[in-house]
Amino acid sequence: MDNVIIGLEIHVQLNRLQSKMFCGCSTAYQNSEPNTHTCPVCLGLPGSLPVLNRKAVECGIKVGLALNCTIEEETLFYRKNYYYPDLPKGFQISQYDFPLATKGHIMILGDDGAERDIRINRAHMEEDPGRLVHAGTIDKAKYTMVDYNRCGMPLLEVVTEPDLCSPKEARTFLDKLKSILEYLDVFDGSLEGSMRVDANISLKGGDRAEVKNISGFKGVEKALSYEITRQKNLQRRNIKVVQETRHFDELRSITVSIRSKVGAHDYRYYPESDLVTLHIASWVPGIRATLPELPDTKRERFVKQYALADDHAKSLTSDIKLANFYEAVVAKAAPKLAAVWIADVLKGELNYRNLGIDEFRPEHMVDIVQMLEQKKITEDGAVEIIRSILDKKGGSPEEIVKSMGLGKAGDDAVQKAVREAVAESPAAVADYKAGSERALNFIVGLVMKKTRGKASPGEVHDLVKSEVEKC
Amino acid sequence: MLLELKASLRSASAEEYLCRLFEKIEKSSLNAFTTLAREKAIEQARQFDKNPGQGLMAGVPIAIKACISTIGIETNCSSRILRGYVPPYDAHVVERLKAEGAIIMGKTNMDEFAMGSSTETSAFGPTKNPWDQTCVPGGSSGGSAACVAGGEAPCALGSDTGGSVRCPASFCGIVGLKPTYGLVSRFGLVAYANSLEQIGPLTHTVEDTALLMEIIAGHDWRDTTSAEKGSYLAGLKGDVRGLKIGIPKEYFGEGVNTEVEKAVWDAVSVLENLGAKWQEVSLPHTRYALAAYYVIAMSEASSNLARFDGLRYGLRQLGEDEDWHTTFSEIRAKGFGPEVKKRILLGTYALSAGYYGRYYLKALKVRTLIKEDFQRAFKDVDLLASPTMPIPAFKIGERINDPLSLYMADVFTVPINLAGVPAVSVPCGFAGRLPIGLQLMGPHFGEATVLRAAHAFEAATPFHERTPEVV
Repeated sequence: MDNVIIGLEIHVQLNRLQSKMFCGCSTAYQNSEPNTHTCPVCLGLPGSLPVLNRKAVECGIKVGLALNCTIEEETLFYRKNYYYPDLPKGFQISQYDFPLATKGHIMILGDDGAERDIRINRAHMEEDPGRLVHAGTIDKAKYTMVDYNRCGMPLLEVVTEPDLCSPKEARTFLDKLKSILEYLDVFDGSLEGSMRVDANISLKGGDRAEVKNISGFKGVEKALSYEITRQKNLQRRNIKVVQETRHFDELRSITVSIRSKVGAHDYRYYPESDLVTLHIASWVPGIRATLPELPDTKRERFVKQYALADDHAKSLTSDIKLANFYEAVVAKAAPKLAAVWIADVLKGELNYRNLGIDEFRPEHMVDIVQMLEQKKITEDGAVEIIRSILDKKGGSPEEIVKSMGLGKAGDDAVQKAVREAVAESPAAVADYKAGSERALNFIVGLVMKKTRGKASPGEVHDLVKSEVEKC
Repeated sequence: MLLELKASLRSASAEEYLCRLFEKIEKSSLNAFTTLAREKAIEQARQFDKNPGQGLMAGVPIAIKACISTIGIETNCSSRILRGYVPPYDAHVVERLKAEGAIIMGKTNMDEFAMGSSTETSAFGPTKNPWDQTCVPGGSSGGSAACVAGGEAPCALGSDTGGSVRCPASFCGIVGLKPTYGLVSRFGLVAYANSLEQIGPLTHTVEDTALLMEIIAGHDWRDTTSAEKGSYLAGLKGDVRGLKIGIPKEYFGEGVNTEVEKAVWDAVSVLENLGAKWQEVSLPHTRYALAAYYVIAMSEASSNLARFDGLRYGLRQLGEDEDWHTTFSEIRAKGFGPEVKKRILLGTYALSAGYYGRYYLKALKVRTLIKEDFQRAFKDVDLLASPTMPIPAFKIGERINDPLSLYMADVFTVPINLAGVPAVSVPCGFAGRLPIGLQLMGPHFGEATVLRAAHAFEAATPFHERTPEVV
C-alpha cells in the first residue's frame, strides 16, 4: 500500500517470569477469579513500596540484545502520572529517560518481497495496569468492573520507528517479534492479552491517529485496514484527519474516538525514588552469554547444515518449537524429506486443526519419513497417518499402517493390476492411441482401485503408459 | 525511662498501667489520638501479665502516628479521604515493635497527610500543646509528641518529612529523632514525600529513643532504599570529650527568637564543659533549602496522593457514580482539606511539562548543593548544633492563615531531610512555660554519635525532668 506510515508500540507481557514486576504475586492469573492475585503492593495500598524483580530486568536486557539494541549503562524508573481506574496508584512505574535499550532493528520480509530492517526506537520496562471489563461496548457501557490480577505484570514496551508500510507488514513484524520472544523463552504468546499493540498510523502528509490497546495480530491488521479506509475517505472529502486516540472495537471491527486519559497528555514523568538506579552495563556480558540461537541465524544454519530450500528453512525456524521438532526428527531421518513433510504437510494439518506442534511426537515423524524413504508407504498413506494421529485415533505410525492397510502394494501386485486394467479398457487404449493423453487417467484410476490406493499414482501412471504402448 | 517502666511492669500489672493511660486519654482535652485500639491493647496487656515475654519492649505501650499502617486499626492520616481505611498489613516498624512485645495503643493525630507544622490541618481538629493548651504542639507528628509529653503514652512513633518529628518534639519538650534516610524501612508508611521522609521515635529520654531505634532500624527487603542498622544503646553513655561541634552560622541571627538563641548557646556551653569543642561552620546554601524542599515535597505529594480516588478504600459516596473523571474528582474535592489540595495543585504544576526544568529539576540541583554543604561541614566537625525551631510553640490559629510564616518555621529542619542526614531534637530550656529544642545533626548513619552527645547533654541538664501540668 502506498503512502501509509505505521509505527507500533508493542506491550509484551514477560509472562514466563514467575512473579510480578514489583511484588511476589504469581504471574499465573489467567483463569483465576478476579482480584485474587493481588497484594498491598500491586493494589497500591497506602504505604506499600515497589521491590524490583531483577529477573524481569534481565529478561528485558535479553530482549534488547536480541533486537540488536544498545543497552544503556544505567537505567532507572520513572512515574508516569495519570488517573484511571485500572491504575491503583494513580501512576504507572515506567521508564522515560535512560530506558533499558535503544536503537535496535529486526529484519522482516517486506510486501515487495525484499527483506529489510525495521528500526526499533527503544524498549523499556513498565508494570501492567489492571483490566477494565465494560458492561457492553466502551462508548455505551452502563458500568465498568476492574480486575487487578493483571496489575503489576512485568511489561516490556517495544517502540518501532514509523518504518512499516501496510497492515500486512505490521503483521509480519509482529510475527517476527513474537518468534524472537519465544526463542528467548521470556514470552508465551498463547495467553490472552499477552501482547497488546498501540498503532500509530497516518497517510503521507496527514496527522496520525493512535489506535490503542489492540489485542491479537489479526486485530492489528483489521484495525489498521479500517483506519486506512477511514483516513482515505476523510481525505477524499477534504476533511482533516485529527490527531487523536482511538479504540479498536473488536466486535464491530472498527475504531472509535475515545476521550484521552489526560487532557493534554501530560504524564508528569519524574524519577521513582522508591527504586534505585540500576547499573546494568555490567549485567550485559553474562546475559549475552545466555542468548540462544535466534531465528535468522538458525535459518541460515538450516540452509547450510541440512541443505534446505530457504522457504523451508524459514518456515521451520519461524517457531522455536517447530525448529526443535525438526531437529529432533532429522537426528534420525533424511533432512530434506523431513523438511518437506514437516513444513508443507504437518504444519498445514496442525493449522487446519488449530493445534500446536506439541500435539505430534517427533518419533512418529521419524517413522513416517523412514517409511517413505523405504517406499513402504505412499505419500497419500503418509498424509493419512498424520491425520489419524492428529485426530487422536491412537496407535503408532506402524500400527496405523497395519490397521488401515496403508502398506504400499508390492511391485508384482501392481504389475498384475496394470496388465488387467489395460486389458479391461480397450476404449481408453484406443483414445490414447488417437492422441488423448488424458485417457490414461481412466486406466490409472482403475489400477488404484484394484490396489486399494496402496500404489503410488506417479509410478502407476508410468507403468500404464509403457503397458499401453506395448499394445 | 522505658527500661525502668519495662522492669516495673513485670512486678506490677501492665493491664492496670494501660487502663490508667486510657482513662487519662478519655478525660484529656489534648486531642492527641484519632483512633484508640483499647480492647486489643488491653487483651495484649492481660496476656503479658499472665506470661511476660522477653522482648525489648515486652508489655510497654506505644502510640503510632496515623500515617503508619497497623493491621486492623484504622490508619487515616487525619484525612477524611481515608476515613474507615483499615490496613490489611502492618508497617515494618509495627511488625518489629510487636515482635519485641510492644503494645499498640492507637493512632495519633497529625497534620493531614503530614502536611503542616502545627497539627492544625488535621480533619479531626488540632491537637493541643500540653504545656499551654492555647498553643500548637508542632507538627506534623503533633499527636505523637503531645501524648508522650502529656503522659498519655510512654513513647510514640512519628514520621519526619521536613521536621515533623523534631518540630513537635521541640515544641512539646521531648526527644525526637529523624534517622538517616534509609535507616528505617518506610514499608507501611503512607507516603507524603517519599524521597525525604523517615519514621522516627518520640520519647522522654535519649535512651528511650536509642532503644526504639534498636528495634525499628535496619534493612527490610520490602523497602529497596533501606540499609543495615548500627548500634545505639551500647555506646550511648560514652562521654563527649574531644567531640567537635560545628555551629552553622546560617542557623542563628535573624528570625530566631532571642530566648531560643540563648538556650541553644547555653546548651553549646554545657557540651563544651563536658569536653566537646565547638567552631563556627557555614552551610552556604541554607537560604535556598525551604524553596527546594517545598517544590520537591509538593511534587512528590501530587503523585503519592493520586491513589486516593475512593474506588478501593476510604471515602466514597454511595449511590450512582458519574463517569470516572467526575466521580473521582468529587471524592477528592470532598476528601482532602485545603492544605492538601494546595500542595497537590502546586506539586502538579511544578511537575508539568514546561515547568519541570524550572522547578523540580532546579530543586533537585539545590538539594545536591545542600547535601554537599553538609558533607563539607562533616569533614571538619563531628556534629552540628542549632535550634530545632527558630521559635517556641505558637498560638493555635496564629499562623494557619499565613502559610509563608508557617513554612518559614521549618527553616532549620528541612535541610536535614534534603541532605538525608540524621538529627535529634532534645529539650534545652524554656521560654516562659514553653519548651525549647536543641537540634544535633550528624553525618549519614552517624546516629550513634548524635545520640551519645544528646545523652551527655541530657544527663548534664534538668530540662527533660520537667513535665507539664495537664488539666
